[in-house]
Amino acid sequence: MASDRIDVPHVAKLARLALTPDEAERFGGQLASLLTFVDELRELDTESVAATAQVIESRNVVRPDTVVPGLSREDALAGAPAAQIGFFRVPKIIAAAD
Amino acid sequence: MDVTTATAREIASAVAAKSISAVEIAEATIAQVARVDGELGAYLTTTPELMREHAAQVDARIAAGETLPLAGVPIAIKDNMCVRGTRTTCGSKILEHWVAPYTGTAVQRLLDVGALPIGKTNMDEFAMGSSCENSALGVTRNPYDRDRVPGGSSGGSAAAVGGFAATVSLGSDTGGSIREPAAFCNVVGFKPTYGRVSRYGLVAFASSLDQIGPFARTVEDAALVYDAMAGKDPHDATSVDIPVESTADHLRTDLRGLRVGIVKEFATSDLGAEADACYRAAYAELEKLGAELVEVELPTAKYGLATYYLIAPAECSSNLARFDGVRYGLRVDGADVGEMYEKTRAAGFGPEVKRRILIGTYALSSGYYDAYYVKAQKARTKIAADFARAFEKCDLIASPAASTPAFGFNAKSDPVAMYLMDYYTIPVSLAGLPSLSVPCGAVVPEGGTHPMPMGLQLASPLFSERLLLGAAHAYETATKHAEKLAPRVAVTP
Repeated sequence: MASDRIDVPHVAKLARLALTPDEAERFGGQLASLLTFVDELRELDTESVAATAQVIESRNVVRPDTVVPGLSREDALAGAPAAQIGFFRVPKIIAAAD
Repeated sequence: MDVTTATAREIASAVAAKSISAVEIAEATIAQVARVDGELGAYLTTTPELMREHAAQVDARIAAGETLPLAGVPIAIKDNMCVRGTRTTCGSKILEHWVAPYTGTAVQRLLDVGALPIGKTNMDEFAMGSSCENSALGVTRNPYDRDRVPGGSSGGSAAAVGGFAATVSLGSDTGGSIREPAAFCNVVGFKPTYGRVSRYGLVAFASSLDQIGPFARTVEDAALVYDAMAGKDPHDATSVDIPVESTADHLRTDLRGLRVGIVKEFATSDLGAEADACYRAAYAELEKLGAELVEVELPTAKYGLATYYLIAPAECSSNLARFDGVRYGLRVDGADVGEMYEKTRAAGFGPEVKRRILIGTYALSSGYYDAYYVKAQKARTKIAADFARAFEKCDLIASPAASTPAFGFNAKSDPVAMYLMDYYTIPVSLAGLPSLSVPCGAVVPEGGTHPMPMGLQLASPLFSERLLLGAAHAYETATKHAEKLAPRVAVTP
């Protein structure tokens, strides 16, 4: 039933979220009922209405192009799970050549 | 002076007059939190050393002749706001051990004028929830009935003030996360206009809606905190560059000349006889204070929940993409980098956060973007226009703050049932309006044994915080509803 409305494994892949089969089943049902709930928006006529991204209008906000102190490299890296020689350390992304 | 029950105004005056020191206030607060927080669970982290350090600085500055509007005022901070050197968890396993490398603007501005940080308060994970039950790190109990929830998502901040474990506190409100817990915990909770308070240092949930605001036991205290933190911040491009009107020095004692809108679509008769009577009495009280009650219509407000549960998850799915095991907190290793992302997020996020990431990702995905996300943004335009039309006929809008009083733990197993708690606050949030919840009486809830606090929501036009707080103060001082209830924790004032 859930898969009629939402392909949970595909969406989970897009969201970079590993789900157990049990979670996929449970979330599938819950998301389907949430989508049914939001379907009531279809009855609202929005034909000639502009979209609102946020309510307070703001144009491009710029700051003076001057150097100011920022977060230090040590501080920025302090909360990282792994850091090395001043960089965030991540698993190898490029496979080794055969 | 009893530090535990004193208002922020009283504390700041006493410290300024040197009749008590900030250090004494800090010690009394640390002792009080130790006494009551075992029963409340309001705090995830307490920061007694930081509090003592700030107290000593405040005393030195007062001795040097400085004027500090919040001198010695103990403040609790929701755990989605960064305080340098202190862990900032967002109630999530993914940030359980993450220590903030800087202090956010709102918090910094309060510390700069003398506030003393007590600690960081519990919350629904990443501010997603209405009961605090979605915290992965602890249970917070309602100070007025410990078998009931404190509300959420800023449940810890509301419980701390309601349970006399803080004088004032900061929360964040995206769809009602300050106003609903304030109603549940018998305190004032105020969400300023979107953009009024800088979000720099607030971990983002739904960026077009998130706003920081205070909890306090009086409107005047909420106004004092707001005055100290509102205003443009170069670190937050969405903070608004319009001069801030001070509020604490413009509180009203009556409502003469004001028109208060009662929303036709928000009939309180649906909420049960007792709640209905409570709100009718509150509206009558507004009238007695000199306000003219007028009926206003918000025909699209009923689409608020559906609109919100597309926009907020869409923004959350984007904002929470940053938690991938690289820069912050938890990492779970995988065979390759992709698997590391997926396993880290699977282990780090709880069910509600996962649900919202999934629904948001879906609403933004190819083929569904126009039908869901853009449609919701258009509905948002109509909802905001409804409020603008209503404010042609009135100065303030009054309504319930929450759909029921505080409910029991595990009472809302269906996610949509939980979402319905915020029926009255969400449309206001979508329109970006300033609004607050002020105690308006008590009702025995379903299955309850004694009356629980109720909250009246007042909302006003964009940037009219002075009017809003002024009017709420008149209502509060005329009715004194909060004082009629006492919290049920072992050490009560």
